[in-house]
Amino acid sequence: MPLRNFNRPFFRGIAVVTEKNIRLYYTKPPVIIFGFLFPLFMFLAFYLGKEIDFYVFFPGLLAMFLFFIASSVGPLITPWEKQAGTYERLLSFPVSITTIILGDCAAGMIFGIMINVVVLAVGLITLNYCLNIMILCLGMLLGAFCFSSLGVSLASPSVQNPSYVMMFSSIIRFPLIFISGIFIPLEDLHGLGRMLCYFSPITYMVDIFNFSLRGQSNIALIVDFAALFVFSLTFVYLANRTHKRNLMRGL
Amino acid sequence: MKNESIKVIEVRELTKRFGDVTAVNHISFAVTKREIFGFLGPNGAGKTTTIRMLTGLITPDSGDVLIDGVDIMKNPIKAKMKIGVIPEMGNIYVDLTAKQNIILAGKFYGIARGELGNKADAILAKFGLLERADDPVKTFSKGMKQQVNIASAIVHSPELLFLDEPTAGLDVQSQRMIKTIIREMNQRGTTIFLTTHNIEEANVLCDRVGIINNGEIAAIDTPEGLKRTFEETQSVEISFDKPVDLSEIEESRLVIRKEKLGDKWRLYTDNPDKLVKYLAQFAQDHNLIFTTMEICGASLEDAFVKLTEDKY
Ligand SMILES: Nc1ncnc2c1ncn2[C@@H]1O[C@H](COP(=O)(O)OP(=O)(O)O)[C@@H](O)[C@H]1O
Ligand SMILES: [Mg+2]
Repeated sequence: MPLRNFNRPFFRGIAVVTEKNIRLYYTKPPVIIFGFLFPLFMFLAFYLGKEIDFYVFFPGLLAMFLFFIASSVGPLITPWEKQAGTYERLLSFPVSITTIILGDCAAGMIFGIMINVVVLAVGLITLNYCLNIMILCLGMLLGAFCFSSLGVSLASPSVQNPSYVMMFSSIIRFPLIFISGIFIPLEDLHGLGRMLCYFSPITYMVDIFNFSLRGQSNIALIVDFAALFVFSLTFVYLANRTHKRNLMRGL
Repeated sequence: MKNESIKVIEVRELTKRFGDVTAVNHISFAVTKREIFGFLGPNGAGKTTTIRMLTGLITPDSGDVLIDGVDIMKNPIKAKMKIGVIPEMGNIYVDLTAKQNIILAGKFYGIARGELGNKADAILAKFGLLERADDPVKTFSKGMKQQVNIASAIVHSPELLFLDEPTAGLDVQSQRMIKTIIREMNQRGTTIFLTTHNIEEANVLCDRVGIINNGEIAAIDTPEGLKRTFEETQSVEISFDKPVDLSEIEESRLVIRKEKLGDKWRLYTDNPDKLVKYLAQFAQDHNLIFTTMEICGASLEDAFVKLTEDKY
């Protein structure tokens, strides 16, 4: 039974780490600033004062919010805990690094989905979409996990001050936004731009949102999901590696 | 096998290098059930590195660690379930309350949520912190934080507790409190492994002490045993009412070494009884009056200094 599985140390560890992260890190100023205000300002800067068809651009907006929010928690947690001296304590509990990493991923994922559901609700009320709820939910779950695990893999523990990590992580996160098909619809992208966009996981998220809201997509759905899945695996693997390698740094 | 001789910690040939530095160099020892075992050593001796390997935080380069028969490297989660750890710099979550910290720890060990509240209250009551249970830990004093630190490490009633320099940086009052807590837990059956650079702490707290220096164990014995090993460092402290020439005493061959401490002389000897009798005669002959006369036994400090000095 699932309940019995949940009692096993591995899943229990993930659940407890997630709960701790939610309680402690959702309200930290760097998370609010880099996860929340940033996409808001980017949205305002890009969309304000232009004649824009929100019906077309809302799926991209949705993906951008999910990306920023889900990936904002991960970079912060480990550096913060190392600085506060709680990381060594955390490791002394019956958990493995992998457990901790998945707990960090889950916290970012839940945060991203929570806010995204609000943004989505606003969109559904104001715009006249014909919803494919199954694909939307599945896509949002996978995308949130993917972005969140990217955030966790960016938790470079060699940085002393946790807020520097947010700077560093933004250097990686911003280009992924710009090369994705958020600001320019995929069908209008050609040449190098078109090639680059496939290297951003956000592109696939936008495509899934486009499909599930507008019924239009440029990439096969199966490819979207497969790409997000492969990106997720890569990020979790990278996170595992860097966290293990940098275990002793800053302790 | 008698209960007392069950090995709760068994360490064989444990080694850890950081680049060129060999932090821990092929150490082996065992800790038996219900004892308080102390690792005593100067800063940088390898105490923290050892405790981190014993508790599964870092992987040794070679060697074995068995916690209650479980290999910490092969089965870390199972081994960690059996122990409680209070790391050197290990902090609790200062944004959480004392009770929340203990409950969080309890959840990691799979204690049922219904049970946890009562358990946390019971521990806090025992530590005299029940009134502050719902205050954020950031409002606590250093000593109280360390108490909460210990409290959250024992919520699952481990039979083995690791403490890395548990009293370092605390005021005297808090140090005494922490020592009392450690003693009480030991009396209720918990085996304790602690590290310290404080000789007096090792002396009054530990059943056995391992002296570690430069990553190697220089000696393991009871505090009294260690002192006895260094009995030649017994001394007699004397002072007289007027300055004296002690060269005659040195000729008696009773004195190994002499040291001037202000207006006193400390004479090291391996036979204090004979030296005192000799000194009495000496005073009589030279018409001197003793202003101080004291026999000092070997101290753990002497043993410690002796064992760690040649390396510097
Ligand atoms: N993470 C690390 N990286 C490099 N060197 C380390 C690390 N941890 C400890 N050392 C070195 O190992 C030696 C032992 O350190 P440590 O175990 O912390 O000593 P103690 O706790 O007895 O003061 C020291 O020389 C220290 O500089
Ligand atoms: Mg240390």
